[in-house]
Amino acid sequence: MTAKPATGIPSLLKTAFVNALIALVLFSLMVGIRTEAGSDGQLTYVTRFGELASLVAIVFGGSIVIELLRQWIGPTGTEKLVPPAIQSGMSFVGRYLAPALLIFTLLVPVIFYDQRYILDLGILVLTYVMLGWGLNVVVGLAGLLDLGYVAFYAVGAYSYALLATNFGWSFWVCLPLAGILAAFWGVLLGFPVLRLRGDYLAIVTLAFGEIIRLVIINWQELTGGPNGVTGIPRPSFFGIPLDNSDDGLAARLGIEYSATHRIVFLFYVILALALLTNWVTIRLRRLPIGRAWEALREDEVACRALGINTTTTKLTAFATGAMFGGFAGAFFATRQGFISPESFTFQESALVLAIVVLGGMGSQLGVALAALTMIGGFELFRGLETYRMLVFGMAMVLIMIWRPRGLIGHRAPTVYLTKAQAISSDLVKEGHG
Amino acid sequence: MSDDKILSVDRLTMRFGGIVAVQDLSFAADRKKITALIGPNGAGKTTVFNCITGFYKPSGGTIRLTHDDGRVIALERLNDFRIAKQAKVARTFQNIRLFPGMTALENLMVAQHNALMRASGFTLLGLVGAPVYRDAERHAIDLATDWLRRVNLLDRADDAAGNLAYGDQRRLEIARAMCTEPALLCLDEPAAGLNARESAALSELLLSIRNELGTSILLIEHDMSVVMEISDHIVVMDHGVKIAQGTPREVRDDPKVIAAYLGTDEEEAVAVMESGS
Repeated sequence: MTAKPATGIPSLLKTAFVNALIALVLFSLMVGIRTEAGSDGQLTYVTRFGELASLVAIVFGGSIVIELLRQWIGPTGTEKLVPPAIQSGMSFVGRYLAPALLIFTLLVPVIFYDQRYILDLGILVLTYVMLGWGLNVVVGLAGLLDLGYVAFYAVGAYSYALLATNFGWSFWVCLPLAGILAAFWGVLLGFPVLRLRGDYLAIVTLAFGEIIRLVIINWQELTGGPNGVTGIPRPSFFGIPLDNSDDGLAARLGIEYSATHRIVFLFYVILALALLTNWVTIRLRRLPIGRAWEALREDEVACRALGINTTTTKLTAFATGAMFGGFAGAFFATRQGFISPESFTFQESALVLAIVVLGGMGSQLGVALAALTMIGGFELFRGLETYRMLVFGMAMVLIMIWRPRGLIGHRAPTVYLTKAQAISSDLVKEGHG
Repeated sequence: MSDDKILSVDRLTMRFGGIVAVQDLSFAADRKKITALIGPNGAGKTTVFNCITGFYKPSGGTIRLTHDDGRVIALERLNDFRIAKQAKVARTFQNIRLFPGMTALENLMVAQHNALMRASGFTLLGLVGAPVYRDAERHAIDLATDWLRRVNLLDRADDAAGNLAYGDQRRLEIARAMCTEPALLCLDEPAAGLNARESAALSELLLSIRNELGTSILLIEHDMSVVMEISDHIVVMDHGVKIAQGTPREVRDDPKVIAAYLGTDEEEAVAVMESGS
């Protein structure tokens, strides 16, 4: 006998009542009571039972409506909800999405030349795309959950900032150095965590991220502590500064100087760095090392039985991911001109990890789309002010219900005999650290 | 005599805390022959396998592997991946351990990791697309294709390994182990869960590996039809010790073996045999 879902009005009301009760408990402190500074500076509170009651009522009514809809429509697959025409259209879009996005990104500084805000946002999004692609090597390909990725971002940023301010080295010399230093720290982190898996690995990487931040705060003689490093040199166009001076790029080209030149230049620098990350990752996936990373994610014991050195394989994954984080950090430092430990909190690690998970672990296009959604979307909701986080959180939850394995969950094979066919996300393992 | 033995296990002991899983076990596997390790459940067969393939470090005893060129390797001193990489011992698992999210072809490519790593100049040459790596990769794909053909999975080459039928996965795992080009192939219950037809195909595959490629095989198996058909030599274990060894015929008629499988005393087993015959 199969259990038939109860359909009567009492069960409908019961579900709605339970949901409303949960909403009441959740919102009673969040919405029902508001603390304020009183006239003499003491803490007072005002009650907002009206708002609370309306929220609970919305939840009550909403659950009845959803429950009714569910009963009318019944369980449906995506085929029923999305007509075949739209589905084929979507697959067409899917095929040309990546090149279209790339061309659009290349044209962004041309289209939005006058809109500084869009250009800045574009640079920010691209920075996170690059960070996401870098972390994707560690989390998506090798299946090692890294919660301290921001540490390598910080190492890269401080490497450039300190080398440039103390020795006056140029950005293009420091960039590879920042990557190498970050990779070095990646290996250092890798050694102690090699034996750890899953949750334990996540905790240790989290701690590593915090250690780096605390060292930066407390090593005042070197890093300037909480005050950060100021006056970090801006990047030059192969030795030609992008400023208002007589030997600046604008003067040499004989055009009028504009502050936007530098922004556009930065935009293309980060785009080039991100594309380099992407290119290297795609290449690495098709090399034995990349296949070993993915095999490690699938089954570590089987890897050992096949003679794969899991130690060096994990370390190279950490080092490669860290190196890209270091590049992004150096770029961040040169763009901001000022860095402080505040930029490298756990929040950043969580954000980059969220981008990778939301995008679909292992998928390059997915990560790029997720970065656009997360960073761009966050800006999009700016008008909602205090409700921004709420709306944003809800959007994330909805996406994860709709696509539990990320926007692009399937995996493309790295080699094929006759036809490359996507592998369903159900089969691809997430890795156990 | 020692030159025709590929593997000689001498007084192997494995203890887990107070439990002795394997005690003073000595046996040898002949070169280019199929040796079977059989015994009732819990006899310690898989423990022996894990000691040979480096997943456990033996508490005592020696395991010597003699290569065709006369090189002798002490397996108990190597650990982990080095046994597969340096000693060229490949294994399969009792519960299949493929890479389910990778295609059948990719599974066989991962098996050739060490050769391809060398060819790709430890990634650097491969990253710039050097011809030497491209040749090596083409060669690796050829080898993989050859093995897919042998195990009758060529038309499933681009399917995810996790999507293959159970029997296909078993064969793919053997093909993957063979792609490491091993000197000794260790199979942990390769016929488990296979139907009679699939078991027969498996026997044929293992015989062809022995006859055509001359790879020595050591296997654990419960399916006696497979064991009796293909084994050149059988070692019987019970409660962590060796109780018999010999040709399939000798082992089949050994009262100790029958007693172990029936869980009775030797005398009773003899009585059962006599009354039956």
